Amino acid sequence: MSYAISANRLRDGVVVFLSPAGWVEHLADAERFPDKAAAEAALEARARADEKRNLLVDPTAFELREAGGRIEAAHIREAIRANGPTVRPDLGKQAVAN
Amino acid sequence: MYRYDEFDAGFVADRVAAFREQVGRRLSGEMTEEQFRPHRLMNGLYLQLHAYMLRVAIPYGTLNSRQMRKLAHIARRYDKGYGHFTTRQNLQYNWPTLADTPAILDELASVEMHAIQTSGNCIRNVTADHFAGAAGDEIEDPRPYAEILRQWSSIHPEFSFLPRKFKIAVTGAPKDRAAVQTHDIGYQIVRNEAGETGFAVYVGGGQGRTPMVAVKIREFLAKEDLLAYTQAIVRVYNLEGRRDNKYKARIKILVHEKGLEWMTQSVEAEFAAAAREFIELPSAEIERIKAYFAPPTFAARGTDGYKARRQTDPRFAAFAATNIMAHRQPGYGSLTISLKPIGGIPGDASAEQMDVVAELAERYGHDEIRVSHEQNLILPHVALDDVPTVYDVLRVNGLATANAGLISDIIACPGLDYCSLATARSIPVAQRISERFGEGERAREIGELKIKISGCINACGHHHVGHIGILGLERKGVETYQITLGGSGDETCSVGTITGPGFLSEEVVDAIERVVDRYLAVRTSKDEDFLTAYRRVGMAPFKDALYETNRGADI
Ligand code: SF4
Repeated sequence: MSYAISANRLRDGVVVFLSPAGWVEHLADAERFPDKAAAEAALEARARADEKRNLLVDPTAFELREAGGRIEAAHIREAIRANGPTVRPDLGKQAVAN
Repeated sequence: MYRYDEFDAGFVADRVAAFREQVGRRLSGEMTEEQFRPHRLMNGLYLQLHAYMLRVAIPYGTLNSRQMRKLAHIARRYDKGYGHFTTRQNLQYNWPTLADTPAILDELASVEMHAIQTSGNCIRNVTADHFAGAAGDEIEDPRPYAEILRQWSSIHPEFSFLPRKFKIAVTGAPKDRAAVQTHDIGYQIVRNEAGETGFAVYVGGGQGRTPMVAVKIREFLAKEDLLAYTQAIVRVYNLEGRRDNKYKARIKILVHEKGLEWMTQSVEAEFAAAAREFIELPSAEIERIKAYFAPPTFAARGTDGYKARRQTDPRFAAFAATNIMAHRQPGYGSLTISLKPIGGIPGDASAEQMDVVAELAERYGHDEIRVSHEQNLILPHVALDDVPTVYDVLRVNGLATANAGLISDIIACPGLDYCSLATARSIPVAQRISERFGEGERAREIGELKIKISGCINACGHHHVGHIGILGLERKGVETYQITLGGSGDETCSVGTITGPGFLSEEVVDAIERVVDRYLAVRTSKDEDFLTAYRRVGMAPFKDALYETNRGADI
């Protein structure tokens, strides 16, 4: 199963994902790592560096899964972070995505 | 109404200035997150799942219209147009940016508000009965004492770094609406045989991982000793409380491990030894603070319009029956504005709704608004003849749900939809239960029933003291819900008992319905409410109802 890396942007707290082009706001644009080890390595090498540069807070690697042809977070917590509150579809990233 | 004296205003202004500087240094990279986090938390700013969250203190839940309008303005300008009223009588903004926070705190300070004491191991903001100063059964308004405690504790260096957070609640009526027995210290105003008023003192209550009902360590404490006695309790705790284990650090663990007798003796010894003259509360000071809470002058008002509308409009009559509470002043009532629309998010209010409430408070409510720990708003002083007008305005603004105290008046914490500590969602469960039972005939037939839902063991949703409590957990990546029955946060305080195996999200509403149906079947009459019936018949019949069909998953 593949993995991605998320964090909260320091300035506004918004959830961001690591991509080859830096940090992006949507999971669809996130870089996918083939396994946990690769994700952990990127976390240490790249995400931690940006954390030290005070761009973001709490970077973490998490598992992905495929559902209905779409990539989403395997665990509900990360899925909610990637989409927004399930009780407010008008807010968070899902509001833009929909 | 209390206003900041100059000292307080200066204190708050200094704190905002200091925080602005800290935010600047954090954003420029001079401070690491580790260094910054304690400052952030001391100013009520958390980092949650989607964004930062700012928790604004509303001491003892009292607001005026100017403050409510400011909260609405902040919601619009710096957030996403709404706020969430919490079980701690606070307001939370779910989307502020770090960069904006100092400006928000400035805005709050301009209406004598702040976010201090909403976080950290200090004495948190003091809570009180939301019907204080209005309730028909009240001995004395508890808020002056809550305020005295707040002023005294907010700047007390000795108590800024306690083993854990510390919560105090004060109630002034025999009917405990402030859940004082679930707090680290609970003060209940009582009258002694000589006819003097003072406090019964409860210590060591709490929810969270290890729920406990407080023990009474004193029957009667004279008012002038309020601070000296509080200091004695906090000192014993500060000295003896465990700092080695976060989960054992609350005063409830100390009380539990050492026992009632030890606790009483230790506090009394500390109390006797303290140099009382420095912290004795002179009655002049009590009177000075009380003056800020002096009741408004109530013009004599009739009730003809109110009665007539009750007779002709069944929806209004239903609203009046649940949402209007008896006032100490004839011709007046306290009006609960339910923030629990059927299927809605408990405790959320839009900026527009906040403005509407401010307007109504100003025109019809002596400019007073309360926030209840049950996540509703209250206009404590409304002339009954004005209630029809107020109701009509509330109705067009989605604020006239007639369910205060009924099954759909559910407390729910933000849960996994917002909270980074959550193990499961709580709001969607509340929404589905609310839709199942509604606010109509069925809900009224069921009568008083408090359902409380938490999204993790921290119990911000007070599930331990719900008549029906629901705790959201995670099992193997799946949200599951544990049900407790028989909890109560009032003067008959008790911690609920777990029914047995938990339920999946799609099962939990049916499970609640089976519990409710069983209650309807066992009650002696409509006058026997859920809690009374449960206490009479015990867990067995409910367990049967829940598990007879084996629908409880084995988790
Ligand atoms: S009970 Fe848990 S999930 Fe709910 S608000 Fe508190 S910490 Fe968050």
